[in-house]
Amino acid sequence: MIAALSQTTVNLAYLVAAGCFILGIRFLSSPRTARLGNLLSAIGMVIAVAFTLALENVDRYAFVAAAIGIGAVIGAAGARTVRMTAMPQMVALLNGAGGGAAAGVALAEFNRLARLGDLPGDTLTAVLASTVLGGLTLTGSVVAFAKLQELVRGRPIVFPGQQLVNAVVIAAAVGLAIAAGATDETVLLGAAFVAAAVFGILLVLPIGGADMPVVIALLNAFSGLGGVGAGFVLDNNALIVGGALVGASGTLLTLLMAKAMNRSVANVVFGAFGQIEAAGDGRGVDGATVRATTPHDVAVQLSFARKVIIVPGYGMAVAQAQHDIGALADILEERGVEVKYAIHPVAGRMPGHMNVLLAEAQVPYTQLYELERINPEFPQTDLALVIGANDVTNPAARSDRSSPIYGMPILEVDKAASVVVLKRSMSPGFAGIDNELYVDPKTTMLFGDARESVLHLITAMKDN
Amino acid sequence: MTDLPLVLELTILVLAALLGFEVISKVPTMLHTPLMSGANFIHGIVIVGAILVLGTADDSFTKVVGFAALVLATANVVGGWFVTDRMLGMFKRRPEPKRDEADG
Repeated sequence: MIAALSQTTVNLAYLVAAGCFILGIRFLSSPRTARLGNLLSAIGMVIAVAFTLALENVDRYAFVAAAIGIGAVIGAAGARTVRMTAMPQMVALLNGAGGGAAAGVALAEFNRLARLGDLPGDTLTAVLASTVLGGLTLTGSVVAFAKLQELVRGRPIVFPGQQLVNAVVIAAAVGLAIAAGATDETVLLGAAFVAAAVFGILLVLPIGGADMPVVIALLNAFSGLGGVGAGFVLDNNALIVGGALVGASGTLLTLLMAKAMNRSVANVVFGAFGQIEAAGDGRGVDGATVRATTPHDVAVQLSFARKVIIVPGYGMAVAQAQHDIGALADILEERGVEVKYAIHPVAGRMPGHMNVLLAEAQVPYTQLYELERINPEFPQTDLALVIGANDVTNPAARSDRSSPIYGMPILEVDKAASVVVLKRSMSPGFAGIDNELYVDPKTTMLFGDARESVLHLITAMKDN
Repeated sequence: MTDLPLVLELTILVLAALLGFEVISKVPTMLHTPLMSGANFIHGIVIVGAILVLGTADDSFTKVVGFAALVLATANVVGGWFVTDRMLGMFKRRPEPKRDEADG
């Protein structure tokens, strides 16, 4: 044994760890202190782990070391090699891992207590909750990963009777869990876990790729709850507090994002079936022509502009154009043009996705503006440069009741003096509808890969 | 393991959740992705649970499941921290010196 600490000592250590976590998040309130906050959380984690290892009845060190070693290598390798644009799916995957771990802990502990015949009633609920929540989070997260990684169709995958099937599966999972509790049979709980895992897949599959940010936040909340459950099972304060923090974070972000899309959470999760089809395609823009432009013309427009607002979207992420956009912005600023970035809350695949990408491009975060702050500035803007953003700029959300995105707060790009849209082609965005902005007389389209277009723009600017 | 009464644990849960909401609502929108990642990292605390389960395991079922749980939890912890750190390391405060001058 490394050491033989008493449970009390370890509990005190957990208290310190919990404090570190909470302070860590508190420090996330500003970019200056954020990194320190993450370090603080890490210290808390190390304390909790170290003291746990030193607990008096923990002694299968060979297994523990091996498992930790493997997990660490996988985690580190994944985290270091993933591209910034793939961050959302990485977070989803890690979340799934956490959820699976919570379920595993609950399962193992249930087995141990059941064999001893010592299953206290209050622990039961916690075990069931952890197992079911952990199971569905594990697979749900993997599906979310697959959708974002585009291994699976981004469009909702819908089949008839789906609601019924989902209801049956989750009822089975819960039923099996309860049965396991009643009979102390681990096998039943294992079956409940599998059913929950199936439900996780079915739950996330019909949700469109554009709604994944909300789903990931929701799964985060679920895995937090799973962690809390595991904490109740093991009478472990660190797990309860940690799980509560994650649950709170996930819940808050889910609500915020649903609000940003002006849809209820239930609508996002269950609404795929009718949302796209029944709501209609909104006013079509067939027949109306879009005006295409060239990098040279846009460069001229840019040179005469005094104020430019850049509107990034998922297209910028896909094209990895953030560095070049930063370079373009630098050139503009050298010429005395005021440059700001308008960040819509659901632009990209995760809340704050655009911010992270632009930060990677070394754009000072002071130039990034949220929707409420930047919208009033569009009327005074000479040129709005929309790069790979679509639905978040669509004026139909304001005026067209038949549009699926009706009511969603948008960036009021159409109020700028002129608009240039960088887009690969005329294919619709994730909501699958036409964008009225594109046929507005003040809008011109610069077709092509975002990165190449920006590079052409930079060249053209330098020639001017 | 100690026998913390249920009510005490519920108290801790409620307080932690309330505190969590308070503290999290102060995080600005631009840092929401690192928040999600950082909170995800904190969820890695289940590693403690996995260590307890595996570290005291007697039978093969517990060993297998516990082992899997510990691998997953560690991946969550290590991966989660590095991802969050990478993201946060990129937020620069002051505008960079002109690219031309800086790169030389």
